[in-house]
Amino acid sequence: MTDNTIENDRILSTDVVNSVKEWSSDLTGDSGFSETVKTFNSSIKFKILFILASVAIIIVATSYAVTVGALDIGFLEVYKIIFDHLTGNITSPYDYIVWNVRLPRVVAGIIGGAGLAVCGAIMQSVLKNPMADPYTTGVSSGAMFGATVGMTLGFAAALGNNSVVILAFVFSLVPTLVIAGMSKFSNTTPTTVIMAGIGIMYIFNAFTTVLMLNADSSDLNRIFYWQTGSLSLINGWSSIPVMFGLVTAGLVISMFLSGKLNVLATGDDSAKALGINADRMRLICLLLVGLVSASIVSYTGLIGFVGLVCPHIVRMFIGADNRYLIPAVALFGGALMLIADVIGKIVISPSVLPVGVVMSFIGGPVFLWMVLRRSDKAW
Amino acid sequence: MTDIVIKDVDFGYSEDRIVLHDINLEIHEPGLYCIIGPNGVGKSTMVKCVSKIIEPLKGQVLLDGEDVAKMPHKDVAKKVGFVPAFSQDAFSMSVINTILIGRYNHQKWGSRQKDLEMVYKTMKLLHIENLGMRNYNALSAGQHQKVSIARGLVQEPAVLILDEPTANLDVKYQVYVMEMLRAIAIEKGMVIMTICHDLNITAKYAHQVIMLARPGKIHAVGPPEEVLTEDNIREVYGINCRILKDEEMDIPYIILGSAIMGAAEDYRNLPSGGSGPRP
Repeated sequence: MTDNTIENDRILSTDVVNSVKEWSSDLTGDSGFSETVKTFNSSIKFKILFILASVAIIIVATSYAVTVGALDIGFLEVYKIIFDHLTGNITSPYDYIVWNVRLPRVVAGIIGGAGLAVCGAIMQSVLKNPMADPYTTGVSSGAMFGATVGMTLGFAAALGNNSVVILAFVFSLVPTLVIAGMSKFSNTTPTTVIMAGIGIMYIFNAFTTVLMLNADSSDLNRIFYWQTGSLSLINGWSSIPVMFGLVTAGLVISMFLSGKLNVLATGDDSAKALGINADRMRLICLLLVGLVSASIVSYTGLIGFVGLVCPHIVRMFIGADNRYLIPAVALFGGALMLIADVIGKIVISPSVLPVGVVMSFIGGPVFLWMVLRRSDKAW
Repeated sequence: MTDIVIKDVDFGYSEDRIVLHDINLEIHEPGLYCIIGPNGVGKSTMVKCVSKIIEPLKGQVLLDGEDVAKMPHKDVAKKVGFVPAFSQDAFSMSVINTILIGRYNHQKWGSRQKDLEMVYKTMKLLHIENLGMRNYNALSAGQHQKVSIARGLVQEPAVLILDEPTANLDVKYQVYVMEMLRAIAIEKGMVIMTICHDLNITAKYAHQVIMLARPGKIHAVGPPEEVLTEDNIREVYGINCRILKDEEMDIPYIILGSAIMGAAEDYRNLPSGGSGPRP
């Protein structure tokens, strides 16, 4: 049927034959290629530089954050206290405040910010939607309901504050599991996931409202505070291990998945054609994000905006390649949350502005500015 | 060269909405295969069954004798590449990175230089080598199309399927891309399947034409001069035409007449001729 070679094909022109021959042979001494490799490599160098800069920002922000608080402890004294604690030579009366109040809060800020930001990046990529965030599947409404149950039905009073955390965690997983269950009956396309998340959110919010109708004013106060999200809810080092474990595991897994996320971002059809089971991949990512964000939210309350805004800001600098975006957004999210918390502590001192509020004050205008300046890329 | 056998395939989105009926097709030789047919006849559906993007309700697709339904996506992907009709990435990367995704199944540690070489050669083949660092979503529709084709080519599959690869291209590149695909099929011994709407481009470049008709059946398979006849085109598309012969290249040349209007199912019963031009 086919003529044997492209040279003796009756239809092909010499130009096309030569182009295809050149394409199928090895590249030799093409200055355009070395130029292309050079610009490509320097674009990667820039991404790595951004990641290193974020590491530096975290280190600087951490070292400053531990020195800020209601109690005025000198800058150097704080480090002496930490050093003394590490060497087991506790002398300062402020040891408890620095070691058990400030440090856990700083650590929780970094972990929480990093976790929520990575979850946001994954959700936006997997659902192909710039509005997606870790709460898109209803994690926040589930957690809110769980926490409200804990605070209004007397669990907190009877069993201590941990019961609020546990209830929030359990219920925040419910929406993700419902969506995963739905995927057995129909495919989890980006649109169905978002719509199911909204449906579940309304149901949970209705239940939460019912509980709040009968709550007394001190409970309402706590619910309101929880809803804003604050690192003040962190209860010393005991709040850290679960959050740390799940966020770290989530980060490692998402780093492994980052190449596949890039393929998935090209659309379901081409992802399947490149050997990725798109529906299963999306489900795995949803479960991962559900678990990681639940572990954070149940300790800190609903901190908004980190997950939504961080990925957009980082993409603006280094582009959408998930292999670089995920580590960069983790570091950037950690740094941003930490800085927002420090601002919250300073700005109306001695009162503390919850980190969720500060995030919204920073994130809102940044987000608007990004919408206005979008010219050629992303969405 | 990969052998493709489609055996008794039915596909439907539900039992009462069958799109493909009893499709049988065997491909044992490399070459450019053009799939033609009216809108909604199941052209895309058929090729998506071959690349396991969707799975048939009934029947089998065999690649080198192996049932696609039993192969993991990854193994199918090593043999069959697919370039979708339209793609817009939500968060797009640079053109180089976008094309590099086609190398996904080839990537190993330290293979980047080779991958980049392949990407660069393919960009050059499609004359888009100066777009390398541009953002994919910032490109024009035609440039998009070329990047998608490049992403399919760097995959180096034995079978490459392209869903309307010339849709957004200007006339020059419609011709260039189809001619290039024919050349690549011969040079590399590949099976390249394209869905095509231009009958004359199909007539000129296809080795074999696969003509689908409503309601999702194969109407004719064979070389262009056998499949692209006045009768076939009238029956399948509901349009009158004349066919001339280009003496120089020995290819059929189709001059379209008028559309035969009437209920979609009725056109087969119309007397041949109608108001169209006659030879």
